Amino acid sequence: MRVNKYWSVAVLALLVLVLPRFVPSYAAFELTFVGAYAIGILGLVILTGTNGQISLGHGAFFGIGGYAVAILAQKLGVPFWASVPLAAIVSGILGLGLGLVALRLEGVYLALATFALAVATPSTLKHFKSLTGGSQGLAVPSLSPPGPLHGVITSEQWLYYVTWVIAGALFLLTSIALGGRLGRALRAIRDNEVAAISFGVNPQRYKTFAFGWSAAYAGIAGAIVAIATGFVSPDTYTVALSLALVTGAVLGGIDTLWGALLGGVIVEFLPLLVQKINPAAPSVVYGIALVLFMIFLPGGIARSIQAVIHPLRLRREIHHARS
Amino acid sequence: MNELAQQIVSGLATGSIYASMALALVLIYRSMGVINFAQGEMAMFSTYLAWQFAQQGMPLWIAFPLTIAIAFAGAVALERVVVRPVERAAPLTVVILCLGLLITFNGLAGWIWGYTVRTFPSPFPTTPLHIGSAAFSSQDLGIIAVSLLSLGAISLFFGKTKLGLAMRAAALYPESSRVLGVRVGWMLALGWGMAAAVGALSGLMVAPVVLLEPNMMQGILVYAFAAAVLGGIDSPVGAVVGGLALGVGLNLIGAYVPVIGTDLQLTTAFGIIIVILLFRPAGLFGRRTMRRV
Repeated sequence: MRVNKYWSVAVLALLVLVLPRFVPSYAAFELTFVGAYAIGILGLVILTGTNGQISLGHGAFFGIGGYAVAILAQKLGVPFWASVPLAAIVSGILGLGLGLVALRLEGVYLALATFALAVATPSTLKHFKSLTGGSQGLAVPSLSPPGPLHGVITSEQWLYYVTWVIAGALFLLTSIALGGRLGRALRAIRDNEVAAISFGVNPQRYKTFAFGWSAAYAGIAGAIVAIATGFVSPDTYTVALSLALVTGAVLGGIDTLWGALLGGVIVEFLPLLVQKINPAAPSVVYGIALVLFMIFLPGGIARSIQAVIHPLRLRREIHHARS
Repeated sequence: MNELAQQIVSGLATGSIYASMALALVLIYRSMGVINFAQGEMAMFSTYLAWQFAQQGMPLWIAFPLTIAIAFAGAVALERVVVRPVERAAPLTVVILCLGLLITFNGLAGWIWGYTVRTFPSPFPTTPLHIGSAAFSSQDLGIIAVSLLSLGAISLFFGKTKLGLAMRAAALYPESSRVLGVRVGWMLALGWGMAAAVGALSGLMVAPVVLLEPNMMQGILVYAFAAAVLGGIDSPVGAVVGGLALGVGLNLIGAYVPVIGTDLQLTTAFGIIIVILLFRPAGLFGRRTMRRV
């Protein structure tokens, strides 16, 4: 099973490496978004799936990441390699702040507060015009490939590789962290906070940290999307974005890393696929899928595939979902 | 002085809309312990139905009651078919299911009626009402009157009828109620129906003001959250008082505190939610809950 896992990761990495050679440039562009959304959803896998804290407001951190890159690049001339980590730090710190608040809110209340955050984000961004450019938003300089690669690959392909290297590193880091002591503590708090305390786990510290960690990922994702689209504007970061991230996480599988990857694919390609029918079709499909998944497949696609591959796990999953 | 009175009355009008939405949320919270995130979008969808009826030439005094009846029946059906399978699941599951309904209704309205902003007929006269030297908008006064009447009717229903008693019992003590022959499942469905009816009413009242479009209730829902939290999320009286207080407060801030103005009203609502939940989670009228660990 272990071997199996390494093989699937290796095949995936190879696929990511060679794919731009075989697909048109706009497809590489779309796959960049897949990588970015996967990073953002990975944050929700950590926060909601692993630690049991819901956030309907991650679109706000997405926006903070995007605006951080835009402001740093436009007003201070900070280059890409420095602005993305800074974006992660800024949204991570704000995430820690919200995490401290979230300590006192449980379940439904946290959902309510973060939903309000998501709805309030665009008008707040519009208000601080001198910093955010108001409704117009800000332009974000594009990323061109470094000297030796100039002319060899397009800037879309370069951003694609940069994105997937970041995504790969973050997925690896997350996999290691969640596989160890940190992951055990987060899961223990999710499953039974009182029991976790009696085993010496400090829930305040871990829950706050999980919020900051997850917000930092959303910030990185937002930074990449801002660079890819070339601008940031308040109406990008509506409640619809926050809900799309949650939808991707739930449909993909909110408690597995594979779920985050699948979620990224869903959030990018499902709207492209169905909006030919009607501009409102993505919402209808998302919404109905969410309802059906909650009733029939609360573990998401990733867990369902695993259940097919490992039938013995199936019973445990069903048990887990019911409890 | 006159201006202040006018600001307060118009604040009470928006406040009574928040109060109706907040009451709809509280009705479901009391019976199921969850927030129906789709409440706003269900109200928006109902409002579109009324608009459609009016477009077909139906007079408003038939179209509005018909819409409210459809909202009621639709929500009862929705509870029975969609919500029932997850009634006993973890709160997060129900929350995500409600989000699914939110996204679905939003998309359906966009699909059927498009995203163009439309004007919505107001059932109230446009001539202002003069009291002393102050002029009040008839629409504002109408909204306040309709909301207070409907809230009064609901409180009479819960306080004075047997069905209302059964619904309260089913919400507080489901097991004992079942033993005594109350059909708890149907009481929940009825709660959903009533919440949707109150929500639809607030949609019909607010649509002439904010104009009809698929996202029109998102902000209202957040104000209703703030109102419900302010009043205490399990208290119907609190929802009404919270809604009115929030409406007046935000209106006065919008008029007299230029730093916040109208841009940051949603941010203020978010701030109120956070501050209340942090420092007085039971709100003004809610019960403090204790938990044995």
